[in-house]
Amino acid sequence: MIPAAFDYEVADSPAHAISLLAEHGEDAKLLAGGHSLLPMMKVRLAQPAVLVDIARVTELSGIRLDGDEVVIGATTRHAEVVGSSLLRAEVPILAYAAAQVGDPQIRHRGTIGGSLAHADPSADLPMTLLALGGAVEITGPSGARVVGVDDFFVGPFESALAPDELLTAVRVPRGGSVRWGYQKFVRRANDWAIVGVAVYDGRVALASMGGTPLRASATEQALRSGASIEEAAALAADGTSPGYDLHADADYRAHLARVLTRRALEGKTG
Amino acid sequence: MEIKLTVNGVTRSDEVEPRLLLIHYLRESLNLRAANIGCDTTSCGACTVLLDGESVKSCTVLAVQANGRSVTTAEGLVADDGTMSVVQQAFRENHGLQCGFCTPGMVMASTSLLAENPHPSEQQVREGLEGNFCRCTGYHNIVRSVLAAAEKLSGAAPSAGSASTDASEVTA
Repeated sequence: MIPAAFDYEVADSPAHAISLLAEHGEDAKLLAGGHSLLPMMKVRLAQPAVLVDIARVTELSGIRLDGDEVVIGATTRHAEVVGSSLLRAEVPILAYAAAQVGDPQIRHRGTIGGSLAHADPSADLPMTLLALGGAVEITGPSGARVVGVDDFFVGPFESALAPDELLTAVRVPRGGSVRWGYQKFVRRANDWAIVGVAVYDGRVALASMGGTPLRASATEQALRSGASIEEAAALAADGTSPGYDLHADADYRAHLARVLTRRALEGKTG
Repeated sequence: MEIKLTVNGVTRSDEVEPRLLLIHYLRESLNLRAANIGCDTTSCGACTVLLDGESVKSCTVLAVQANGRSVTTAEGLVADDGTMSVVQQAFRENHGLQCGFCTPGMVMASTSLLAENPHPSEQQVREGLEGNFCRCTGYHNIVRSVLAAAEKLSGAAPSAGSASTDASEVTA
């Protein structure tokens, strides 16, 4: 399978990337690792006229402390998140989640910013960022802005990013001792979650339970009211709208959400 | 556009269309046929090569993304006197293949795995190869091959990637 023809531009700075996006308009797409975009281009689900490669912009990559937060550059690859001693100590759920993405080859190429911008409701990192209550740094023609994760995922494969904007970094809270859990139910190696659950500090996020990653609001409310884990987990599918496919129907997904939420609240990984 | 890169130790310069995939560049432009096209959807791992020493699926990398970088295929693991790398030898000695279609990808993924983790447990080998499918062997002998290579490398060469980085021993 061969992508449709496109022009290829290499950005050398965030400002250069934004000017290239402005120049080419909605026909342009940003390319980092390309592990969401290139498969879509190969089956012609995406046919951008121009690709703007941001993978060589060094200032978009890297992991650093900033006060109470850890800041991860948009083009930081999953393998670097997995291997980061800083993240393992300060945000262990994120290092763990990045290790669940795809397989080693995919983690050598795919980037955290690319995964979040792709906004797949079944993916590991959007769900994890939602559980962490992190934020996304965005730069565009009118300047920089920070969008909290609760406002970032707006629809299936749709984020708050405008076509002329660049996701530059991800901010997550430091919390090396915060209780967390992570559950991803799959039938095949290197697949997306049939249902996924990430729990961090009383926030419960679900994957594959609707058009975006979702908070299990009823579960969170019950926990705040003093409910037991079992009682709270039983509410995990309330207010969700899971779809159906070859792997699972909506009822089965709701069942999985309840079971996996209980396990994640117990601090289990798997 | 023009790309300049190193393939199996040899510096090259080629004019490519931006949409040319790395696997097609390797197989069709350079006639390096070790890496195979299997699923063509980033799943099966048959097209795995090393990009700057790390395993990648070359069906999901553009040739222009490899501009300025170093690519190693299974051909590049073999010394010019025909001596196979430790990983390749281990696959032969442990019968780590049957039909052989997945083997170049398995060998490259294993080479990358051992470069990152020279002393993997059996579980780590199995998880480290989750991006490579084999429809013949049931994986047992592949895992055995990688563990055997790890043992041999830990007593011999400094790293699993050493054979691939010796530019003078490779001809394209």
